[in-house]
Amino acid sequence: MIDIIEIKDIDKKIKKLRKLAEEIMAQAGHIETVKRNTKRALASIAMLELNICDLSDLN
Amino acid sequence: MKNDIYWNPFLETLPQEKLRELQLKKFKRIVGWAYNNSPFYRKLYKDAGIEPGDVNRWEDIAKVPKTDKGMLRDVQKRDPFPYGDMLAVPLSEVTEFRQTSGTTGTPVYQADTWQDWEWWSECWSYILYSQGYRDTDRVFIPFGYNIFVAFWAAHYAAEKLGCEVVPGGVLDTEARILKMQELKCNAFMATPTYVLGMADTARKIGINPVTDLFIKKITCAGEPGASIPMTKKRIQDSWGAKVYDHIGATEIGAWSYECASQPGGLHVNEAFFIVEIEDVDTGEIIIEPNRRGKMIITALDRIGKPCIRFDSKDIIKWADYTCDCGRTFRIIDGGVIGRADDITKVKGVLLAPTAIEEVVRSIPELANDYQVTVSKKGDIDDILLEIELMPEYESRKEDVLNRLRDQLRVRVNLGFKIEFRSCGSLPRYEVKAKRFKDLRKEK
Repeated sequence: MIDIIEIKDIDKKIKKLRKLAEEIMAQAGHIETVKRNTKRALASIAMLELNICDLSDLN
Repeated sequence: MKNDIYWNPFLETLPQEKLRELQLKKFKRIVGWAYNNSPFYRKLYKDAGIEPGDVNRWEDIAKVPKTDKGMLRDVQKRDPFPYGDMLAVPLSEVTEFRQTSGTTGTPVYQADTWQDWEWWSECWSYILYSQGYRDTDRVFIPFGYNIFVAFWAAHYAAEKLGCEVVPGGVLDTEARILKMQELKCNAFMATPTYVLGMADTARKIGINPVTDLFIKKITCAGEPGASIPMTKKRIQDSWGAKVYDHIGATEIGAWSYECASQPGGLHVNEAFFIVEIEDVDTGEIIIEPNRRGKMIITALDRIGKPCIRFDSKDIIKWADYTCDCGRTFRIIDGGVIGRADDITKVKGVLLAPTAIEEVVRSIPELANDYQVTVSKKGDIDDILLEIELMPEYESRKEDVLNRLRDQLRVRVNLGFKIEFRSCGSLPRYEVKAKRFKDLRKEK
């Protein structure tokens, strides 16, 4: 059975994680290591979104 | 319900109506993405008078134009090189090149972004976790890491699960077996043909795979063998291990898996893919179980080179049973039954090559390799089956021949010309076996 409260809670945290990663990306400028590693982190965050956030918006 | 059997306990047990809601939402998203970012898809949809906003109900999905392998090959003639304008991201975003094996013609080049590559390993994580792979496993991958995607994604997924992965790259078969023995690997992945070939090689060098190795589970991919009951049994007996099937494709993704409950079919990962089954003659979408049709599939989250309503030509049917694992993902019964291009009429009889394999593998005196050639002699179809009899059964040749002929007549409904070849003389395959040749098509 889906625990919708649990999903909503994780969903909120994943959204914060994305926001944070995007902020780091915007700050990365010419620091290639920050840019590339954050890009990888964002790809992993996308997997969390597919697994959790997509569920969170269902009716 | 035991939650520890699921990679994602939420998605894998989602009620069917919720799954449909999720799939529709994701389908709209990927169609919108493709329309806005891929010149090929934008033209395809504009020519058909479809805009992303037109997809609002489940029934609307079937209005979206299909794609096929011919289109995938055609786009490669256009920029950007080498993928063509189906690409939906700038070339600088592409981090992975793979290509299809070219079994059915010119290879298709596949572009993936790093996010797509994460997605590949995520899809494979669903597969491996459902088959009992855990962080205590030492997994050997006897695969020539190369331009084919095959077990690359499995490698990354096994790492994601925490398994210890041993890449068996350029080693030859004998060296791979010795390394598996030395490291006490307890699982491996390969095509069913190669898994059987490895067991033969092991025995030749005096290693009994059941008693001298430590393999407990094997995941097969690349060919339908592990879903053919007699082939699965032969592999399980050869290795003393559980054998699981998985189906995927370079241009689609890793879309289905046999879970540890082994209900007789494979779950479709319906959180990440939409599988539609289409009647080959009428084009009608088949909902009911036990009716064969060809698969139209959408990868819902692949962004670099989207795969939307792709006509895979795989022949499948929905199962009329559920699985006691508790997953709500629907099941295709018996895996991929054949390919629309392979299922052909011989002497007026509809023939699927997998049916021949089922018969050949049921006769223990026969070795693992065989070849089928259909040709035309005048106006009459001729079907030749070349097989290898194991040397120790030479004295039973006539008996084997009679049993084989009888079973082929009963199960395949065709009279075959059967010729024995010496053991080891037929081609061996490490990746996809090409055992069925229809020379009538080559004229």
